[in-house]
Amino acid sequence: MPTVSMTVNGKSVSADVESRTLLVQFLREHLALTGTHVGCDTSQCGACVVHVNGVSAKSCTMLAIQADGADVATIEGLDDNGTLHPMQEAFRDNHGLQCGFCTPGMVMSALDLVKNNPSPSEQDVREWLEGNICRCTGYHNIVKAIQAGAAAMRG
Amino acid sequence: MSETGIGARVKRVEDQRFLTGQGNYTDDINRPNQTYAHILRSPHAHARIRSLDTAEAAASAGVVAVFTGKDIADSGVGGLPCGWQIHSKDGSPMAEPAHPMLVADKVRHVGDQVAMVIAETRDQARDAAEKIVVDYEALPSVTATDVAIKDGAPLVHDEVALNTCYDWELGDKAATEAGFANAAHVVKVDVVNNRIIPNAMEPRVALGDYDGSTGDYTLFTTSQNPHVIRLLMGAFVLQIPEHKLRVMAPDVGGGFGSKIFHYAEEALVTWAARKLGRPVKWTSDRSEAFMTDAHGRDHRTHAELAIDGDGKFLALRVSTLANMGAYLSTFATSIPTYLSATLLAGVYTTPAIYSEVRAVFTNTVPVDAVRGAGRPETTYMLERLVDQAAKQTGIDRAELRRRNFIQPEQMPYQTPVALQYDVGDYPAVFEAGLAAADYSGFAGRKAETESRGKLRGLGISTYIEACGIAPSAVAGALGARAGLYESAQVRVHPTGSVTLFTGSHSHGQGHETTFAQVVSEMLGVPFESVDVSHGDTAKVQFGMGTYGSRSLAVGGSAIYKACEKIIDKATKIAAHILEASEADIEFKDGNFTVAGTDKSMAFGEVALAAYVPHNFPHETLEPGLDENAFYDPLNFSFPSGCHICEVEVDPETGVVDVAKFTAVDDIGRVVNPMIVEGQVHGGVVHGIGQALLEGCKYDENGQLLTGSYMDYTMPRADDMPFITVEQKSVMGASNPLEVKGVGEVGAIGSPPAVINAVVDALGPLGVSDVAMPATPMTVWQAIQEAQAH
Repeated sequence: MPTVSMTVNGKSVSADVESRTLLVQFLREHLALTGTHVGCDTSQCGACVVHVNGVSAKSCTMLAIQADGADVATIEGLDDNGTLHPMQEAFRDNHGLQCGFCTPGMVMSALDLVKNNPSPSEQDVREWLEGNICRCTGYHNIVKAIQAGAAAMRG
Repeated sequence: MSETGIGARVKRVEDQRFLTGQGNYTDDINRPNQTYAHILRSPHAHARIRSLDTAEAAASAGVVAVFTGKDIADSGVGGLPCGWQIHSKDGSPMAEPAHPMLVADKVRHVGDQVAMVIAETRDQARDAAEKIVVDYEALPSVTATDVAIKDGAPLVHDEVALNTCYDWELGDKAATEAGFANAAHVVKVDVVNNRIIPNAMEPRVALGDYDGSTGDYTLFTTSQNPHVIRLLMGAFVLQIPEHKLRVMAPDVGGGFGSKIFHYAEEALVTWAARKLGRPVKWTSDRSEAFMTDAHGRDHRTHAELAIDGDGKFLALRVSTLANMGAYLSTFATSIPTYLSATLLAGVYTTPAIYSEVRAVFTNTVPVDAVRGAGRPETTYMLERLVDQAAKQTGIDRAELRRRNFIQPEQMPYQTPVALQYDVGDYPAVFEAGLAAADYSGFAGRKAETESRGKLRGLGISTYIEACGIAPSAVAGALGARAGLYESAQVRVHPTGSVTLFTGSHSHGQGHETTFAQVVSEMLGVPFESVDVSHGDTAKVQFGMGTYGSRSLAVGGSAIYKACEKIIDKATKIAAHILEASEADIEFKDGNFTVAGTDKSMAFGEVALAAYVPHNFPHETLEPGLDENAFYDPLNFSFPSGCHICEVEVDPETGVVDVAKFTAVDDIGRVVNPMIVEGQVHGGVVHGIGQALLEGCKYDENGQLLTGSYMDYTMPRADDMPFITVEQKSVMGASNPLEVKGVGEVGAIGSPPAVINAVVDALGPLGVSDVAMPATPMTVWQAIQEAQAH
């Protein structure tokens, strides 16, 4: 079995994995980082979005060995000892989550949007979320949360 | 109102863990020495199993065991039960064919479970399953209800003639016929309520464990009602007594009905865990979810409305074919009958109603409750019918509704279809809806849209929902095999903090926040001092669970009752310590005070005294402060509302954009407005999804064509607008909190509002009906057909 090594939320990790192991399996099953979720098997729902080298990626759609040497960030690494990141706080303030299952992917995806577009319009947010599905919220409060989070991050 | 009490917009306590990746969903749970199950599923809609060879799979790397339908049959365990018995018109009970955990004889839908492989890893189980050789004799299949009831149609169950589960009726047929005899107008519609696939974002998971030293079973499962699963699986399938079976449903990632039901995989992993002496975990992937989670809707209905010369509704007759799928799911039989036909009066005074429902087996995934469950089907038919009536009689659609509303002074109102509405003000809710939607400004918006070469339509719907399901006596009389109460236990700890144990399950609804608001308000303790515990049969005394928008109306009422008992007991304690009579103790803002004096004890002091009872008169006053309550409602609760949708249609492409959506609902008292608005947003978008995007399709061989998110269109953010949500609350619902339920209203009110808007937009082109989902192709074809005439 090949050995993969990467940095996850600032920590170096290394493990022997089957070649077919997906990045999301590696995170959930080898590292017990269960905040990243699997909601589909066709790369549509976005519950598994993490950052790989600073860019949002669907961790169900890449192999762990493809992330060898990469810098990976997951939802578990965002808060500061329980103090929420402004984007997390915006989701809480705007009731941008209900069951919470799609939420980690939504937040990680939103951060990638805001990195490139610090002041997204409603339409920018809605179009960006093409790859993230939520069944609970009707997206109403997610869109508001992302705009509010972006505003908070602009300071 | 305090900042955290009833009516306050409190931020949710559950969010911290969900936002930081610390949620505890079933797939996040693993047990030592765990194995993994993979279910081999039928690729055929209908086929006899000639033979099944598992030898190569059993010898495959990492495989622990392979089980087949024969193993299940030989073990003597039961099949999956149906929880609601319906009788046909002739008094005969419904057909109730066996629903085995693994099939031995023939498969009846794509996805039917054939064998279970258990291995050391999930991938090994999956690899091995591919090595099972099944010799299928493919049989002709049937997926459409109108075909399935014909002579000579393939039989899903050999013993069920004409695939008919039951042929049921409700209402006064003679009075209804008399109404039609006097009609000035008779309006007819044929509507199909399209089959939808629930798609909670968390796929189902079941993890079974068995402790040989104690004989105790544990099942972790993605359920909306763990106690119901314990009862059904323990008593009917595996014969495990309840005290030896613990069912836990921790954080659950959405349900929408699909996680009410008892599924085969739950029983399979529990059964196998004992066989193997090791935990067994099964995790559905999304493709499996599409072909195993119970689907929703799939009704074909013909309806006729008799109207007099003044536009008053005289009589309604309705005939429905309801698809049950291949087997009876847990509550499938109640959906088209007691959850649907009983709502046929809607918010109108129609004096005579007759409904017949024929439930039909087909070679499709079982059909059961999905958000709204029966009530969206009735509302859609009724509101399409009323719009059609407006067109046919020439009476304005708003005016026609006004002429037929049940008036508030008629409450309580006995409908001709069994229900008695307790309270409501439909005219006021309707007018509030029109005002919130700026109904009078529509002409201006329409002109602006048309200036851009598009068409604009406005659609109105009104609805009523029966929820808070239900008084057990009524449900029992109608065939329910369960009671439908709820339980709560309020445990006050010595230092005054509180743990609430509730039988209502939260899978997105925010109960940990809303219920804590209720307890905080009632006991006068800080919101932060209240913890809400649910989803574990070992912790919570009992629970009927969460569905039918019942959590606050029924579960909340049980909490209310338990809090009242706490206050009664605390009053006794305070009276004893303050040396006053109980009658003189007043409880207000968390303090027990002797009336007219400054002698007072805070709630926390009474709690401590309850656990340090140094001088209690033990004959009359027990130590402790821990009370439970069971609440069985007096009636359903009846939310109502008015939803108004405006769409823009591109006549060249058939693309429909929802330009504006307004929901004004009467859900009674609102405990947390933020959560209520979120529930309505989600429900409305679920309903817009059904109206415009979502449609489950089978091909002529019974293959599921919409088996992934590549093929089944879930609503995406860029399909949807912001939703305007308002409440027009009418108090007086038949429960102590005067709440009515909000989880489903959006999905009930929105589909007819959307389709009425699309038809309104296309009216100038001669289109009089558009089927759901109104995809660009459907709309474009409707335009072409109308133009061709």
